[in-house]
Amino acid sequence: MLNIFPKNMLFHLAVLAILLLIILPMGLDVFRLNLVGKYLTFAFVSLGLAMCWGAGGILSLGQGVFFGLGGYCMAMFLKLESAQANIGCTRAQQETGVCIVQSTPGIPDFMDWASMTELPFFWLPFQSLPLTIVMIMIVPAAFAYIIGVALFKRRVGGVYFAIITQALASVLSILIIGNAGYIGGFNGITDLRTLNGWDIRTDDAKTFFYFLTVILLLVSLLVSQFVLKSKLGRILVAMREQEDRVRFSGYDVANFKVFVFCFGAMLAGIGGAMFTLNVGFIHPTFVGIIPSIEMVIFCAVGGRFSLFGAIYGALVVNWARTVFSEAYPEMWLFAMGAMFIAVVMVMPEGLAGLYNKYVEPLINKIWGRRKTTSSAIESFE
Amino acid sequence: MAGYTFSELGSIFVMQGFSGLILFSVFLLMALGLAIIFGQLGVINMAHGEFMILGSYITYICSNVFSEYMPALFGISFFVAMFFAFIVAATLGAFVEWAMIRHLYRRPLDTLLATWGLSLIMQQSFRVLFGTREVGVRLPEWMLGSFSLTDLIDVQINGLVVMAITIVLTAAVMVLMLRSTWGKHVRAVVQNREMAGAVGINTGRVDRVTFAVGCGIAGIAGSAFTMISSTAPDAGQHYIVDTFLVVVFGGAASLFGTIASAFAISQSQSTLEFFITGSMAKVVTLLTVIFILMLRPQGLFAPKIRR
Repeated sequence: MLNIFPKNMLFHLAVLAILLLIILPMGLDVFRLNLVGKYLTFAFVSLGLAMCWGAGGILSLGQGVFFGLGGYCMAMFLKLESAQANIGCTRAQQETGVCIVQSTPGIPDFMDWASMTELPFFWLPFQSLPLTIVMIMIVPAAFAYIIGVALFKRRVGGVYFAIITQALASVLSILIIGNAGYIGGFNGITDLRTLNGWDIRTDDAKTFFYFLTVILLLVSLLVSQFVLKSKLGRILVAMREQEDRVRFSGYDVANFKVFVFCFGAMLAGIGGAMFTLNVGFIHPTFVGIIPSIEMVIFCAVGGRFSLFGAIYGALVVNWARTVFSEAYPEMWLFAMGAMFIAVVMVMPEGLAGLYNKYVEPLINKIWGRRKTTSSAIESFE
Repeated sequence: MAGYTFSELGSIFVMQGFSGLILFSVFLLMALGLAIIFGQLGVINMAHGEFMILGSYITYICSNVFSEYMPALFGISFFVAMFFAFIVAATLGAFVEWAMIRHLYRRPLDTLLATWGLSLIMQQSFRVLFGTREVGVRLPEWMLGSFSLTDLIDVQINGLVVMAITIVLTAAVMVLMLRSTWGKHVRAVVQNREMAGAVGINTGRVDRVTFAVGCGIAGIAGSAFTMISSTAPDAGQHYIVDTFLVVVFGGAASLFGTIASAFAISQSQSTLEFFITGSMAKVVTLLTVIFILMLRPQGLFAPKIRR
């Protein structure tokens, strides 16, 4: 156990847990806490990218696809539940505004607007919460599996993989926007109200979802660390460095790539689902090309070779976006562009690299610790 | 297809084919520069669309200057604009290569991220300088109107001009790559950098000129683009992924492949648009391209060499 989680790792984990579970909830009001919760849902994607890109060397520019799939799965369940409340409405209730006026009660409002009369088959599993939770995990992973097998078995990699995943992100966002009747179109899925009868728009619910997000994130972090420290993780890193040598050693490289890609997709899907719960809607602008590549920058700024870095990166970049867009909205894109360039040109290891170089030696000095050989931040450098 | 007579249907296909040809021209104009930069240097230039839009804005400025100060010469403003678009885009390209790209060769994924950052900065600069609204360039008299081939078939002159520019530019790039000394140098550097350097080719300069020429061609493309569409700061981003697929689909290092794949993709998209909605046509086209790339990852026309 100690082998998997070295002392440094436990220390950093404790710092992160105290920050997210104690300091931020005590220091921020519910609105700001909810914002942090939203940032943390992107940290899932960032974590997945640290696994795919940092450890495995596979840059996917289509993580928005998986984020969106997870988010839409969750939103479909919530939407169905709020739509079901309309079944059996009387005319009087409709007129007084207790219920929405619909020609077919019981189906989501946007389907009614597109004059559909029954649920499409792919909505049916989302009537049950356990099935929805399963779908949130399965759907993104299954998509990733299909894409991964098709591409990695044919030895498509590197730049080509990045461009194809980017094209897929564009395909999915066009599909969603073009099919307003089936999946909500450009407006996304909005007006989500209850989860098993519990109002998700209250402050209590928002606080609860924040803590749920943090706990799921910490669990995901531990699972990722476990994968990295296992033999599998070592093969991943070896594959990133010398793919052919791993292949010649008798490993089927494609299978490992498919696994880590599916793992990243699953994390992104969970992030998407938590996004829907925290924010209360899902929208096609979180699916396309631009959000997908922005997710890469979260990971890159934090440091793609570090799981902690990926999480802090998502927090810092999103927090900076909020601050900038409140103060100088037109400056944000400049800052973002500069971040992309800076991360590539001057600090390829991101914040985690800076931390390792400057902060950690300082901490070690203060605590009188000898420099440990395996630093937790740089766990898979 | 009920309700259409045979001749009407034929005309529709001709018209769709014509709009497909215009789309083909746009794809090819953008893809040419991209194919040079990606195929020869291995650099993913995500800011290529913004270099194109730079050309569009130069054209916009040029046509305003002409209509303000030299209305008599307005007819030739486009050609002057094209020249300036090339110069400005190529100069900026050379600067970008010097400041950024030359440190990133052989790290294609990093060029992708860095040039994406560049594209964001350029986009926002356009917004600050020219405003967020679309601007249109006033076409000179001779470019307005259309030929009527038959009662049902109209061919717009500006579309024809864009096609003509595409043909001329493609031919020029072909000659430049396959016949000129510079083209020989580029191909030599691509095939074996050390050896090319050893026989006295200044590889660093070849890289810079190649990148600059690619960006300059994007500038010309943007200039031509204003003839058929208005210009917005983020217009380049709408085309960049499609164009990359065009280049990859054609086979990165092959100009013939780029032409063929631009033709295939644009024609299939515009023909499908008649049967299904525009967005679904794009989805079907993209998925088909991706599917074919899975079967043939090296693209349609790949050089038969071992890397």
